[in-house]
Amino acid sequence: MNKSIVVIGAGVAGIEVASILADMGYNVFIIEKNKNIGGNVAFWHHLFPNNRSAAEVREYMNQKIKVPNITLFPNTEVTDISQKKNVYVVRTNKDATFEVGAVLIATGFTPFDARRKEEYGYGIYDNVITSVDLEKKLERGENITTTQGMAPKRIAFVHCVGSRDAKVGHTYCSKVCCITGVKQAIEMSKMFPDAEMYCFYMDLRMHGLEYERFYKDAQENYNTQFIRGRVSEVSENKDKSIQLKAEDTLSGLPLKMKVDLLVLLVGMEQGKDSDKLCDILHLHKTPENFIQPQDPHLQGNVSSRQGVFIAGTCIQPMTINETMQNARSAALEINHYLLHL
Amino acid sequence: MQNEGLKNIWAKYQKEIADDHYYYLRSCIRQNFFPGAEYYFLKILREVLGKDVYDDPRHTTCTGIGYHSDIVPFETIQTVVAREFALMTAAGYRNVAVSCVTSFGIYSEILETWREFPKELQKARENLWKATKREFEIPENIAHASDIIYKFRHQIAEKAKYKLVNTNTGKPLQIVEHIGCHYAKMFPVKGIGGAEFPQVLSGMIAAWGGDVVDYPERRHCCGFGFRQYLVQQNRGYSLSNSKKKLESMQPYEPDAIICNCPGCTMFLDRWQYTLYEMEGKRYGQNNESIPVLAYEELAALVLGFEPWNVGLQMHEINTESLLDKMGIAYNPDEKYLDKNKQPIGSFNKTGCLSCC
Ligand code: SF4
Repeated sequence: MNKSIVVIGAGVAGIEVASILADMGYNVFIIEKNKNIGGNVAFWHHLFPNNRSAAEVREYMNQKIKVPNITLFPNTEVTDISQKKNVYVVRTNKDATFEVGAVLIATGFTPFDARRKEEYGYGIYDNVITSVDLEKKLERGENITTTQGMAPKRIAFVHCVGSRDAKVGHTYCSKVCCITGVKQAIEMSKMFPDAEMYCFYMDLRMHGLEYERFYKDAQENYNTQFIRGRVSEVSENKDKSIQLKAEDTLSGLPLKMKVDLLVLLVGMEQGKDSDKLCDILHLHKTPENFIQPQDPHLQGNVSSRQGVFIAGTCIQPMTINETMQNARSAALEINHYLLHL
Repeated sequence: MQNEGLKNIWAKYQKEIADDHYYYLRSCIRQNFFPGAEYYFLKILREVLGKDVYDDPRHTTCTGIGYHSDIVPFETIQTVVAREFALMTAAGYRNVAVSCVTSFGIYSEILETWREFPKELQKARENLWKATKREFEIPENIAHASDIIYKFRHQIAEKAKYKLVNTNTGKPLQIVEHIGCHYAKMFPVKGIGGAEFPQVLSGMIAAWGGDVVDYPERRHCCGFGFRQYLVQQNRGYSLSNSKKKLESMQPYEPDAIICNCPGCTMFLDRWQYTLYEMEGKRYGQNNESIPVLAYEELAALVLGFEPWNVGLQMHEINTESLLDKMGIAYNPDEKYLDKNKQPIGSFNKTGCLSCC
C-alpha cells in the first residue's frame, strides 16, 4: 500500500486532515500556494461565537504540522495530476513530483469580490470596506477610522453581499456572514461605545447554538439595530461619508441613511484553485460551483473520482468548527480507502 | 472616488459602436424642446467628423412614452419598432443611431425580447407585413447618439475651440451628468460604463477638460418618470424627484448639468424654474440656477459653434453663466433673433431666473 497522501491547501481543513493521517502513520505532503498556512484564518482577528483570538487556532495548526511525517511545501502550486492505477502522480510548479495513494483537496473558499456588486461602491468609495478588510485591519492592530481619520459614529453592515443573490450567480447562503456581522458590530460597539450600528439583512440565519444569544446581546448591549431590507444604492456625500438607501420591509418604508463606514459582509465562493483542480481531475461540481461529493449523505468527503477526497469549504460554506469536523471525517474516509485498496 | 476602481468598472462596460453609416432615429419631443441638439448632432457627425448619417423623414415616434404610460400595448410598439427597422433596411443601412434614451431603452427591450422569445419576433414580422407589406433586418449595431459622440470625443477635443475650463480661474468646470434611467439601468451592458458609474457623458466631460460631479443622488430619476409627470395628479411627485436631485448636487456648486435624455434635459431645466416660482429657491452658484444642456449642445459649444445657433435660447435656465466661464463670445442682443435677425419671441420668465 502507498502510504503517502498529498493534501492541497494548508487551511483549517487541510492541516486537520494532515495531522490526523500523520498520527495514523501516513506520510503527508501539504502543498500550499501561499507563504503561510492558515488559509482565510491567516488574517482573521477574532472568531465567533466566543470572540477567541484567531491566533490561537493558527497556533494549534502550527503545532499540528510539527511532526516528522508531514512536509509542508509553501509557495507551491499543483500544475498536473495524473493517475497510474491506484497511484496519483502530483506535479508542482517547483518541479517536485509526488507519487501518492490519495489526494485531498482542501482549497477552501475565496471571499466574494465585492466590486462585483457595483451598487455598493466597493473599490470606488473610500469608506466602503468588506468584513475581510475589517478583520485584517483589526488583526494588524490598525485604528478603525474613516479615511478622513475620524472615529466612526455610525457604521452599517450589509448582509448577503455576494450570497443569496441570483444577479451574481450565487443563490446559496454563505452561512457565516450573519454571525460575522453580529460579531463585528459588537466589536465596533466596544471600540466606539457611542456609535450606532445598523445591520441590513434579508433574514438572519442564526443556526449555531449560541448565535441567537449573541444576536440578542448585540441588540440589548451593543447599540446594534437590525433592519430587514436590502440596501439598494450607496453613494458618497461631499464629506466622504456614505449615503445608503434601503427599504425597511418591516415598517414598509423606504429609508435613506448617512453612515461613516459601510461594511459589506462578503460571502464565500469558489476560486481559481478549485476550478483548476476540477479541470485537471475532471471532477464534478455543484451548480453553485463547489466540488460535488459522491453522495451528500453517505460519502460527503469523496469526490466523483476514486482516490480524490475533499474537505472543508471547497465542498460548501462551513464555519471553522464544521470544517474541523468535516476534515476529521475526511481523514477517516481516506484511511478507510487506503486500507481497502 | 478611487480612479482605479472606476476604470475597472468602465472596462467591463464597453460596447461596439459602429464607426460610420448611421440610420438616425430621432426623438419625438426633443425637436420641440431643444431643437439645436439634434441639428448639431447631425452637423457634427457630417461636417466635423465626415460621417454618413441618414435622417429619414418617414420614420415615426417609437411610441415609448405611450408604452410606458400603458396606452400603447407591447404588440403595437413592437410593430412600430419593426417598421423603423424596415425603413432602415430599405434605405440600405445596418447601424442605428438613436437620439433618445427612452427609445434606446425600447429598442434594447424589444431586441432582448425577440432574442429570448423568437415567437414574438415572428409575430412582429407578421404584424408588420399585414399592416405595411414591409420586411426588416435586425440592425447590426444599435448605439445611442451619445455613444457615438463618446466614441469620437477625443476627435472633438482635438478640434475644440473651447474647453470645459473656467477661463477666470483656470480650473476645470464642475459638471453634473445625468444619463437617464432607460439608458443603462434596464440593461447595464448596453450603456458605456454601466448603470452605477456611467462613463458615456463623464467620458465626454473629462475629454473636454471638465470634472464630473459625483453627488449622492446621481442615479436618482430626473423627475420625468413617465406617469409621475403624465398623470397630472402625480406632478408633485415628479417635481419632488427633481428637487431631491437638485438639493443633492447643490453643495458641489455645479457649473452645468449635462443630460443624455430629452426628458431629463427638459425636466431638470424647466422644473428649476417651477421650484423657483414655488419656493423662491435656486440651486446653483451665487444663488443662480444651473444651466442644463444636452451633450450635443455642449459638443457644439466646445467646437465653437455660435450659442444662439445651437439653440441655447430655448432653455428655461439661462446658459450665459456657462458661456462666460468657458470664454465663449456671444451677442446678448441676438439671443432671440432668427437667422434673418427677426425676433422669434422669448420666454417671459427665463431672464429673471439668473440675471436679475
Ligand atoms: S449567513 Fe446571513 S449574511 Fe451570510 S449569506 Fe446567509 S443569510 Fe446572508
